Amino acid sequence: MKERLSEETIALRAAKEFQDGDCVNLGVGIPNLCALFVPEDRTVLFEAENGVLGYGPILLEDEVDKVDIRYVEAGARFFAPQEGMSFFDMGISFDMIRGGRLDITVLGAFQVSEKGDLANWGRPGDVSRTIGGGMDLAIGAKKVIVAMEHITKDGKPRILKECTYPLTGRACVNLIVTDIAVMEVTDRGLVLKEVAPGWTAEEVRALTEAKLIVAEDLKEIEL
Amino acid sequence: MNKIWPSFDEAVADIPNGASVAIHFWGFPGVPQNLIRALRDHGVKELTVISPTWGGLPVPEEVLTMPSILLSQMKKLICSYFASAARLADMYGIPSETAELEKKLEVEYMSHGCLMARLHAAAAGHGGFYTPVGVGTIVEEGKEKRVIDGREYILEMPLSPDFGFVRAHKADKYGNLVYIGVCRGCNPVVAMASKVTIAEVDEIVEPGEIDPEVIVTPAAFVDRIVQIPKGGLGSYEYAMEKVHEFLSIEWVRPIILRTKRKEAEQ
Repeated sequence: MKERLSEETIALRAAKEFQDGDCVNLGVGIPNLCALFVPEDRTVLFEAENGVLGYGPILLEDEVDKVDIRYVEAGARFFAPQEGMSFFDMGISFDMIRGGRLDITVLGAFQVSEKGDLANWGRPGDVSRTIGGGMDLAIGAKKVIVAMEHITKDGKPRILKECTYPLTGRACVNLIVTDIAVMEVTDRGLVLKEVAPGWTAEEVRALTEAKLIVAEDLKEIEL
Repeated sequence: MNKIWPSFDEAVADIPNGASVAIHFWGFPGVPQNLIRALRDHGVKELTVISPTWGGLPVPEEVLTMPSILLSQMKKLICSYFASAARLADMYGIPSETAELEKKLEVEYMSHGCLMARLHAAAAGHGGFYTPVGVGTIVEEGKEKRVIDGREYILEMPLSPDFGFVRAHKADKYGNLVYIGVCRGCNPVVAMASKVTIAEVDEIVEPGEIDPEVIVTPAAFVDRIVQIPKGGLGSYEYAMEKVHEFLSIEWVRPIILRTKRKEAEQ
């Protein structure tokens, strides 16, 4: 078995996309870890759908004494207050999201298609309907990055010609960062731009159902 | 002018069978727990509950009173994040009596942003709005579509609850409201959209005691105010105490706090 990037390393690569001054919303799971890897000398304001921009780090297990119900992000985790943060109601929060004021959202996914369709809120037949704010983020954010594992736990591809799970949005994903590759959705199709150390384009292709166009300047993921 | 009501029970006593009620719920912060409980005790049936999220926390009512205690009185739920009791039962290994009841519930789903925008459309008196969010997904089913400037949109209709339950931090006697932190949630949107808005608050003060520059919900959107007894259910102090009790459960901590700094730093 070839070595794959850890969840933290996927998050680190995705976070390299953050530019100074960006407003960024992070989904649950791997995307949330991106908050730990903001590139040095860049100030990023993290937004949570329940109504806060510029929140501080998620509290650690040994910081229980700092827990305060005023400071909870969208994934129900407690954060530290931070200078420059603002609170607002969810109407304003989703105006911000849907109106294009977020520079980047990093989301998890079950499936992504080669056209950039995203399926990230439910499996076929699920009793739960956890649509949440994913549809708003996927359509509203200026740049949508998906951070996920390249294949499912039982080895099935997640990057497909067409999604088979319920869609979050059509043609909304810009960049996919996985544990073996970085791919960009372009007008000519899905372009493989970077591979994890030790991986070849052919090996990535074998685990991808979507048609992959190998970039001329294909390189190893820089961390 | 007197908007102050003596008790939660009296403040919800005129809610009839079949009413629609909007309630903020997104985890611990900002839930109008006393009004939810009073509505349960009021006993009316055939309710439609409008809430951004549903379920999601396997906690007893004493820790956090959620809209889901109204389940047996409801015919319909309008929400964005429906974490079914059946799923929770699976995730946490907690048996659930509510899973069966949920199966009988009519549920209307939409994204959080759509729910907020529909409430706001009602608040503003709009007849509806077109949005690109949801195009090509299950939420577009049965909705009018229109192409505007080359982009596809779907028509969403306003949503005006008969009653709105709001949890604010402080009210003055006119009904001007301020909130704390993310306890704001969708409470101000609910206040604006609902035909009758009832607010439960930590403190009621005289007009003029809240700086007019910081008022979030102006008095026009608030019909009734009930003070939460000091330290009582849902008060800030009570909620903090219960959150800390909740956090003392070992399996809870990794879910709502962070454990990974060590690995991450390597």
